[in-house]
Order: sequence, then C-alpha cells, then structure tokens
Amino acid sequence: MPLIKNGALADDPWTTVDDAEPLPPGPVILSLRRFQAERERLRGLGVPLGLRLGNAEPVAVLVPDLDAVRLVALEFPSLADGRAFSQARLLRERHGFRGELRATGAVLRDQVFFMKRCGFDSFVLPADRDPGEAIAALTEFSVAYQPAADSLHRPFRT
Amino acid sequence: MAMYSYETHDRQLVRERVSQFRDQVQRRLDGALSEDEFRPLRLRNGLYLELLGYMLRAEIPYGLLSSRQMRMLAHIARTYDRGYAHFTTRQNIQYNWPRLEDVPDILELLADVDMHAIQTSGSCVRNITTDHLAGIAPDEIEDPRPWCELVRQWSSLHPEFSFLPRKFKIAITGSPSDRAAVRVHDVGLRMVRAENGEVGFEVWVGGGLGRTPMIGQVIRSFLPKNDILSYLEAILRVYNLEGRRDHLFKSRIKILVQSLGLDRLRELVEAEWAATRDGALSGAEAEVARIRARFAAPPLEVLPASDPGFAEARLTDPAFARWVGTNVAPHRVPGHALVTLSLKPIGQPPGDLTADQMDGVAELADTFSLGRIRVSHHQNLVLPDVRQGDLPALWRRLEALGLATPNVGRATDIIACPGLDYCALAYARSIPIAQRISERLAVFDADRDLGELQINISGCVNACGHHHVGHIGILGVDKCGEEAYQITVGGSSADDCSIGEVIGPALTADEVVDAVEAVVVVYLGLRRHGERFLDTWRRMGPAPFKETIHAAD
Repeated sequence: MPLIKNGALADDPWTTVDDAEPLPPGPVILSLRRFQAERERLRGLGVPLGLRLGNAEPVAVLVPDLDAVRLVALEFPSLADGRAFSQARLLRERHGFRGELRATGAVLRDQVFFMKRCGFDSFVLPADRDPGEAIAALTEFSVAYQPAADSLHRPFRT
Repeated sequence: MAMYSYETHDRQLVRERVSQFRDQVQRRLDGALSEDEFRPLRLRNGLYLELLGYMLRAEIPYGLLSSRQMRMLAHIARTYDRGYAHFTTRQNIQYNWPRLEDVPDILELLADVDMHAIQTSGSCVRNITTDHLAGIAPDEIEDPRPWCELVRQWSSLHPEFSFLPRKFKIAITGSPSDRAAVRVHDVGLRMVRAENGEVGFEVWVGGGLGRTPMIGQVIRSFLPKNDILSYLEAILRVYNLEGRRDHLFKSRIKILVQSLGLDRLRELVEAEWAATRDGALSGAEAEVARIRARFAAPPLEVLPASDPGFAEARLTDPAFARWVGTNVAPHRVPGHALVTLSLKPIGQPPGDLTADQMDGVAELADTFSLGRIRVSHHQNLVLPDVRQGDLPALWRRLEALGLATPNVGRATDIIACPGLDYCALAYARSIPIAQRISERLAVFDADRDLGELQINISGCVNACGHHHVGHIGILGVDKCGEEAYQITVGGSSADDCSIGEVIGPALTADEVVDAVEAVVVVYLGLRRHGERFLDTWRRMGPAPFKETIHAAD
C-alpha cells in the first residue's frame, strides 16, 4: 500500500506485527496490548518501536512510554469516524509527541488536509488510491481559521 | 452594526472550498465516486439528495443578509432553480431543484457575494444561530453577532471536528430573554452578567428536538467571555471521542449527556479545558474586537421618539394599524422600528419566497433599511432599521409584494418543514397541512383574535419543523403505510421552554385540521382576559383539550 511521508511517496521501513507473530528484524509496529505485556523486553531490544492505538484507547496511556516510541499509528475505520483527529492533536499538542504519526485505514484524499493539520505526517493509502491526488490534496487550502497541530493558522489580528 | 465584511483570507478560504467541491462533483459525474462515497462529501457542503432531485442549502450566518446578497439569491433562484427558494428554521436558504452539474457554479456565484454552503449539513458544526433581534433588542447585554462570527470562523473547516458522531448545533443569545432557543441546541450560550458586573456565558448542553426531544442542562453557569473557544473545543473533543457512533439515533450529544450523566460529562469537559484554556484559543475578546470592527456601520440617527405621520396613519387606517400591531416592533434607537415581513401569507407554503419577491425585498431594504435584511428562525424576514416615518410607505409596498400579512407570532404564522413534498426522510406532507390550517384559523383570528399562538409542523420525527416546542405541534407519522398526524400541545422554545404533550391518536390530514380547530375552540371557551393559548393550557392542563380530540375521533 502506498505510503506518503512528509508530502512525498516513500518506502516503508516499518513492519506491522500481529500479537502472536515473532518479531522480525528492523522497525516494528505493535499493538498497545502487546507492548504493555512485553514492555521491559521490548524497550531493551534497541529496535525502533511503533505502536498502533485503537480509536477507543485513550492516548494518555502512551504517555509514560512516549520516549521509547518512534511511531504511532492511528486508524480511520471509515470517512465518518473522526476520533483519530482528536487522538492525533492530543498526542502532538498535549503530550508533545515528536515521532512519526501515521494515518491508516480509510485514508481518503478528501480528508488528508485535515489529518495533516491535526499532526499526521505519514499516510498509508488504500491500495487502489492514487498517491499523486492525495499529495496534491495536502495543500488544498492555503488559509485556516483555527490553530491546530500545524502552523497554517496565523492569528488575523490587524 | 451591519454585517461582517470579509477580508482577503475569508474570500480565499471560500474560493478554495468551492474548488475542492467542484473537483468532488466532477469525480461523481465521472463515476470515480459512487453515490455512497459522494454522500458524506456532498452533505458537508449542504447538498442533499431528496425525493425528486438535489437540494442545496446555503448558509446565512446567524440570519444576516445584505440587499446585494438577496439579489444574488434571486438570480440563482431564477437561473438555476424554479424561480423560488425556501427559508429554513435555522436561518438558512434552500434551493429545491438545482442540477448537480450546476452546483459548483452556484457556489461560485454565492462566493461572489461572500456566501457559501460550508457545513450547512453533515456531521459537523452547523450554522451558528442567534436572536433575530440581536443588536436591536432593548434588553440586550451585548450584541451576540460578533461572538457568533467568532464561533463561525473557528468552527469552519475545523480539522478535528469535521467528522463528529452527528450534527452539532450552537445557538448564542446576548439577551436575558431567550429568542434563540438556546435550551434546545447541542450547545446554547446565553450571555449573563455576574454579580461583580463581569459579562460571560451560561453554557447549556444536550438540548435538542428530533426523535428524543430534550431540554438542555447547564454545564457551566458562568464562562468568562475570553474562554469561549477553548471551552467549546473541550466540549467538542469529549463528544468526538466519547459520543456514540454505532447508532444514528443515539449519536447526538444529548444521548451522551444522558448516558454519562451531566456531572460526569462536566468533569471530563473541565479536565480537558483545564489543559487548554491558557493555550492558543485564549484571548477571544481581542479577536472579537477585531471582528466587531469588521461589522462597522454608521450609527442610526436618533429621531424623535414618535413620528407624527406614523401616528396619524395608525389612527386613520385600521389595516395599517393592524399590521403595525403584529409585524412592527420597537427599536433601541428612538424613532426607528423593526419590521417583520411575513413569509406566511394565508394558505401559502410557509417560508417560500419567489425570485421577484427577493428582488423586491432587496429594493425595499435599500430604500428603507440601509440595505440590511435578517432571516428569523420563524422563517420570516426582518427589515431591522426602518424609520417610523417610512412605515406607511413601506407597508404599501409590502402589500404589493404580498409580504404584509399581519400575522407575525399569530396562529397563521406557522413553522413547517418541507415534508413529503420534497424530503426523502418525511412520512407525511407538511406544507398542505400548514396551508389548510392557515386558511381555517385565519377566519377565527379575524373574528375572535387568537392572540399569540405558535403552530409547528414536522413531516417526521427528525423534527425540522420543531413541533415539540410549538404551542400546538403537528408530527407526521406513518400509520399502516398512510400519512397520519399526531398533535402535541404545550411546547415552547422561549424562556418558559417546554416539550409539548401528545393529546390524542394519529389522525388523517382532514381530521388533523378539524382537531386543531377544535383545540383552538376549547381555548377560546376557557381563556381568561388577555390569556395566551399556552397559559390557558398550563392553567387548565390537558384534560379539556384531550376530551375534544377524543370526542371528534
């Protein structure tokens, strides 16, 4: 599936690993449950760790481990389900997460601009989508009315 | 205060949204998007697919229009629709017959006059609504419109809150007496003055009509003005994360208030707010000052409190006097008046206006009201700044346009949704029922003076006609595949907010018109001197009204 990172197509060094699978070499994305179960061992491995967080899991549970996490993947189950927008802003703005914030699931070109504003910097598109269109959509608007996790909004005070 | 004038970046944002939507429409026309994929995209820009075609809802922010904008609305009705349009209970305008391929061009024309259809539908923050007397009402603490504009801007194309569990409606009033129905909104903000003189907002949450009508509750009794946006952000964030998404009918914030309880919701909101209130959204007052300056308009000239020509006409012309009695209200500035243009001529569809009438209203606004027009949530128009001395001339010209029906706030000033004549959700027709009740009660009102009486008609439980808060409400239901109607009595959306009570079985279209008449006859028999319908109902209780319905059944 195509990955867009920092506004361009990119190779994906990360492997998403199921809870029962053995860890492959290299950077891995694990579920929160597996990470919590194997925390000490995983933190000691020295490989880049990524976490995927469900929409119902509060981002605050990650806070004690954010220093060890290089990537957080949040899911968009459908165009209509916008919980990950709030999760992303909390991670970036409340908890100061500086690693890669990845959008997965129903990542549609019609929403990537909003995703970027909420702090996502990488996007895994469904296999049948045109990455060129999604990249163009990242800059669909040049102005914004409200502060978010990016710097597009400038207070309009005269 | 006239209205907010766009800056460069406001125009830029609207133009960019039109381009984005033009592309989405093109993908639908090309077949790249299925109707299922297109649906949530078009809804976020006010485009519905109804029984007979598309319907476009354009936003009239908190009900303010200029004559220039009204002329454009007329042009669009004439060029792209069937020569008329419909004003809604949320102070917006709807076109019922646009072609999909024309919609981007219509949006381009709206953008030419600083208008748009952003977030007029879909699961996002909708048009901010307010008191139609904002800036005029003598009891006002502060003009709410710059605050409405602040919230409008902040919530427009909000990256976090554009895909909420369900729609989200915010109303703001600047007066102690509520003419914006803040208690039946997802969030209602009521301006209040604290004992120490500080002005802020009382925050109501979880009100709403629809399937599960509920009066809101006070989540915060005093919110400093400066914190309005951070507090709204906290409410919306909690709702976005915690609101139900598994069931369409259980996803409004009122259901979350019910399931968590007000106290728990308050805890969550306050905790969220504590973390953000000193952040990037603080300083709303400075932002409002900037916005207020964009509303700037020359103040009205203070005139003698009573104009002799006006007083003379009232004494000599009973028809004029009658119209003044119902459709003209006092203005804060001496010598001026506020004039309501009734969009409820007897026997006509409520809220509709033809393109020619729109042009006529624009001209009258230019001649008599500094080019300013308002839309009220009662589906009428208002000329807010008329000199008393001009009232007789204005009245004659409104008569010629068919907009001087003297019935504002009366039984024939009926609020109705479009119903089954247009709407894909409706179970029953609303407009023909409104027309027949209007004809029936006009006779009574002329003979016996029915006084203040609000009738609301919704074609289904979604309650777009706000039947729950009508003094008399009529709800369209499906009875074994037939259109049927249920009557409620005793609702109100004002300070004495209440939800109406069902008073009988579902009736046919013929029966419901008779039943409304019967209810009115009971009132006439019971009322004490000067007593409103609602007060008689509250004093007597439902028994005598129920009896008459059952006797007729």
